[in-house]
Amino acid sequence: MTENLHLWVIPILPLIGAAINGLLGRRFSRQTVVAIALAASGAAFAMALWVASQFSSASAPYVTYVAPWIRAGNFHVDFSFYLDQLSLVMLLVVTGVGFLIHIYSVGYMWEEGGFYRFFAYLNLFMFFMLTLVLAKNYLLMFIGWEGVGLASYLLIGFWFTKDSAAAAGKKAFITNRIGDFGFLIALFLLIKNYGSLDYTQVFESISKLPSETAGVGLLTSIGLLLMVGAAGKSAQIPLYVWLPDAMEGPTPVSALIHAATMVTAGVYMVARSHVVFDRAPSALTVVAIIGTLTALFAATIGIAQTDIKKVLAYSTISQLGYMFMACGVAAYSAGIFHLMTHAFFKGLLFLAAGSVIHAVGGNQDMRYMGGLKKYIPWTYRTMTAGTFAIAGIPPLAGFFSKDEILWKAFSSPQGSWVYWLIGLITAFLTSFYMFRLWFMTFFGEFKGDHATSHGANDSHGHGHGAPHESPMVMVVPLAILAFLSVFGGWIGGRLEHFLSPVFSGGLAEATEVVGETASKGTEHLFMGISIGVALLGWYIAFLLYRQRPDMPARIATGLGGMYKAVVNKYYIDELYAALFIKPLIDGSTAILWHTVDQGVIDNSVNDAADSARHASDAVRHMQSGNLRSYAGWIAAGAAAVIAYMIWMGVR
Amino acid sequence: MVPLSYYLVLSGILFACGILGFLIKRNIITIFMSIELMLNGVNLSFVAFAAHWQHLSGQIFVFFVMVVAAAEAAVGLAIIIAVYRTRATLNVDQVNLLKL
Repeated sequence: MTENLHLWVIPILPLIGAAINGLLGRRFSRQTVVAIALAASGAAFAMALWVASQFSSASAPYVTYVAPWIRAGNFHVDFSFYLDQLSLVMLLVVTGVGFLIHIYSVGYMWEEGGFYRFFAYLNLFMFFMLTLVLAKNYLLMFIGWEGVGLASYLLIGFWFTKDSAAAAGKKAFITNRIGDFGFLIALFLLIKNYGSLDYTQVFESISKLPSETAGVGLLTSIGLLLMVGAAGKSAQIPLYVWLPDAMEGPTPVSALIHAATMVTAGVYMVARSHVVFDRAPSALTVVAIIGTLTALFAATIGIAQTDIKKVLAYSTISQLGYMFMACGVAAYSAGIFHLMTHAFFKGLLFLAAGSVIHAVGGNQDMRYMGGLKKYIPWTYRTMTAGTFAIAGIPPLAGFFSKDEILWKAFSSPQGSWVYWLIGLITAFLTSFYMFRLWFMTFFGEFKGDHATSHGANDSHGHGHGAPHESPMVMVVPLAILAFLSVFGGWIGGRLEHFLSPVFSGGLAEATEVVGETASKGTEHLFMGISIGVALLGWYIAFLLYRQRPDMPARIATGLGGMYKAVVNKYYIDELYAALFIKPLIDGSTAILWHTVDQGVIDNSVNDAADSARHASDAVRHMQSGNLRSYAGWIAAGAAAVIAYMIWMGVR
Repeated sequence: MVPLSYYLVLSGILFACGILGFLIKRNIITIFMSIELMLNGVNLSFVAFAAHWQHLSGQIFVFFVMVVAAAEAAVGLAIIIAVYRTRATLNVDQVNLLKL
């Protein structure tokens, strides 16, 4: 806290951009809208870089107090911002990747309607995400948390005239509400028991407590409830269902919100709350199990999808599962490392997929792609980097972070060989479905119909002939992200060292120690196995989708029901519909709508109105307009009053 | 000494006659005269009470009522003449332009 870093400026910049574009953008030209949006997000990035240059681990954490917010007795919440190593990493990822995606969107969205609206929402998202990352207390974080949900809703439903997009937006919003409910209750528990939501105060109180080894105590409950929130935002089992549908939004949105930044908020929140989780081993185990299962589950769905964005969506869920697996074995810095590299390569993959969709004129079905290598060479090159990175081929970024997680999953005191094995299977599946996507999209013959290929799935269709490369404004961000995807993994060890002060004093430290002391030989063996499965995934994809294109169909027929279940995403959506949605809708229709609303509320209002009308009908004849009849009424009234007074006097 | 109640009963009868005339009659001048009758019924009860309680304020009040009644008569008769000039009738039921 030696100097003032003016942290509040960073979130405010995109908010100003959003306000200008959102309120006045309708009258601006596209160039003006772009200038404002890019200036806002670029300035935030520049400010973040400046903050990073001023940052020194010795004087962290930095705190910027802005204003008091809630003062109620001993409980108070302030608008104040907090920067330590963890939020610095998040800050740079959010502003950096966010800025690149802003640039890319200029090219991608140029011909769309509602251009100003798109950039206003995008800037608004940046504001809330930065608030979430930089908040000094849980309540301010919750503001950002809800705000990014709002921005996500607005952007998924950006093409709101399309029913499916509007429905997907609602699905995302409502599913997130369930998670937020858990998060809120966790906050209430914190207020009740520690009287504060400030990170410093809460963690100071909690760090004095012993670890809850047996049973479900207070900390375990808080941890589990926080995890419910994280599962909603970060699309983990059982609340992951909204993310694949969220692909209805424009592709840059999928890249920014539903791959690189917002969905990682849950991981950030768990890592931020590590003090709680360190003292609640059973909550931590639940986190690890959910993460591991989600990773495997989503990966198996990913292998049978034919929509290029859906494959990437399930891949995102799967990779988020890895991050939770890492957090679940108290290897928070490995989780944050993967969060960072994932932001690079998944952002890249989505943007490249957007470029592919752009090239073929709006079609998203990989079965009608193929052979695009020669049409869109730059997209091909960058996407190759992304694919190799996520598949875990060394020395690209994904290899280092994923291998780190797998090693920690095995070696950490919290870990187990089961996590490692499932993680390994997932790594194989990841490699397989990514190379499947790669082969189906870029190799072989172009199977799309040049004349009718536009406007099939995405509204992003515009008439043209052969596939064409995207403009420079889209290619340059791709190239930068590709560079980061290739080399971003090399800072692994240093990042872990950099983050260690944040996670010190808990289980993470023990994990570190074990990680250091375990024999290097085992670690190298594990590394070899990881590379092996990645290559195996590549080889099988090569075999099935390059050498023998008839094979996948035959295998699918051979597997029968199992294949059908995978293609239909294990019927989870249908299951939820039958279990929760249908009873809710039926109950609401029968009880709340017909009985309560129509029966009680509507009827009482209507009856009140009816009786008023009838009563008025009866007495309306008094108001005849005949002056003498009024005089008669006055005289009768006066006579009645006098008669009453006389009667009272007599009595 | 005539008891107070006699005066009051007479005053009540005068007032009731005024009301009755006001309600029944259609000619504006008759209605006007009925109002005067009601005022005078009230005046009678004022002076009766003033005499009974040996208190001057009742009598002073009667002067006020008379002054107001005289002013009212001047304005009212002027209005009646104006109505007659424009409508050529003094029947209140036919003076109904403001009625819906």
